[in-house]
Amino acid sequence: MLNIIWPVFIIISFMYAIVTGRVNEVNNGIFEAVSDAVELSITFLGTICLWNGIMEIVKKTTLIQKLTKLLNPLVKVLFPDLKHSQKAKEEISMNMVANLLGLGNAATPLGLKAMKTMQEENCKKDTLSNAMAMFIVLNTASLQLIPTNVIAIRTSLNSANPTQIILPVWGATIIAAVVGVLATKLITKKIK
Amino acid sequence: MVNYISAAAIPFIILGIIIYGLIEKNKVYDSFLEGAKEGIEIVFKMFPTLVGIFLAVGALRSSGVIELIVKIVEPMTKMLSIPSEIMPLALLRPISGSASMAVAVDIMKNYGVDTFVGLITSTIMGSTETTFYTIAIYTSAVGIKKTRGILVAALLADFAGMIASVIIWRIMSTSFC
Repeated sequence: MLNIIWPVFIIISFMYAIVTGRVNEVNNGIFEAVSDAVELSITFLGTICLWNGIMEIVKKTTLIQKLTKLLNPLVKVLFPDLKHSQKAKEEISMNMVANLLGLGNAATPLGLKAMKTMQEENCKKDTLSNAMAMFIVLNTASLQLIPTNVIAIRTSLNSANPTQIILPVWGATIIAAVVGVLATKLITKKIK
Repeated sequence: MVNYISAAAIPFIILGIIIYGLIEKNKVYDSFLEGAKEGIEIVFKMFPTLVGIFLAVGALRSSGVIELIVKIVEPMTKMLSIPSEIMPLALLRPISGSASMAVAVDIMKNYGVDTFVGLITSTIMGSTETTFYTIAIYTSAVGIKKTRGILVAALLADFAGMIASVIIWRIMSTSFC
C-alpha cells in the first residue's frame, strides 16, 4: 500500500512546488525532515527503552496468568461458540491480557496460538468462524491499559503532562471495542 | 482530579510492577535490561520509517499540498467536527503502524503535543490498531481466505474510536478552560 502512497505523495509535492514556485521551501523541508528523524529517534530511545524494560518485568511474573482468570466471564459472553474448548478460551484470555498490558510482542504469538486452536474446531477451514471473527476484531480494537509507546513519545516531545491521555484512551478504546463487537455480531449473522 | 490521577499513574505503575516482581523473587534488574535492549531494536526498526515518512510529509507540508488538502476537506471534517489537521493520520492509521506513528509525531511536533490537536492525535494512537496488518497476520497464519467482512467491522471500530477521541477532548477542553 505504502509502495503506492509514498511515491505519489512525493511526486505530487514536487509538481505542486514547481507550479507554485515553492521549490526552495521543499528543498529546505526535505533536509529538515531528515534531521528531525535523527533527533527524535535519539529522544525516543530513552523513553521507549524504559517502558520496554518495565514491561519485561511484568512478562516474567505470573500476572498474566492471574489476570487471565479474571477475564473468563467476559470471554464466555463474547465467545458463546467455544463452550467446549477450554484451551481456546484460555489462549484468548492470555492474548487479551497481554494486549491490555501493552505487551504487543507477547500478544501476537499468543493470539496466533489461539487462532490455531480455534481453527481445529472450525468446520469450514477456509472461512472465519464466529469466534475467530470476534477474536480478530477485538485485537484490532487495541485494548490497552497503559499506552506506553504513546506516553514515551509524548515525554520525548516535552509534553507538560504525558499521561494526561490515559483516561481518554480508555474511553475511546471502550467505545471502539463496543462498536467492533456489535458490528461483528451483526456481520457474522448476515454473512455465513 | 483527572490530571492528578494521570500524573500519579506512571510512578505508581512502575513502583507496583517492581514490587510485584520482587515478591515473586524475580531478577527484576536483569529483566529490565533485557526489555530495554529490545527497546533499542524498536527504535532502530522505526528509524527508516521515520526518515521515509518525514520526507514524504515534509515535502507535502513545505510544498503547500497539505494546506490545500486541509482546505478541501474542511467542509466535510467540520460537519463531523474532526480537526482537519488529523485527517492524514486518520487515513493512514489502519494501514501502517510505523508510518502512522511517524505522522502522529509530525502532527504533535508541528501543532504542539499538549494542544487540542496534539491530545487527540495521542488518544487516537493509543486507542486504535493497525487493522489491515492485524487481520492479515491472524487470517494468513491459519490459511483463512474468506473473512466474512470483518474488515468492515474493524474499520467501523477504528472510526468510532477516532470520533470518540475527538468528542472526549472536546468535552474535556470545555470543562477545563
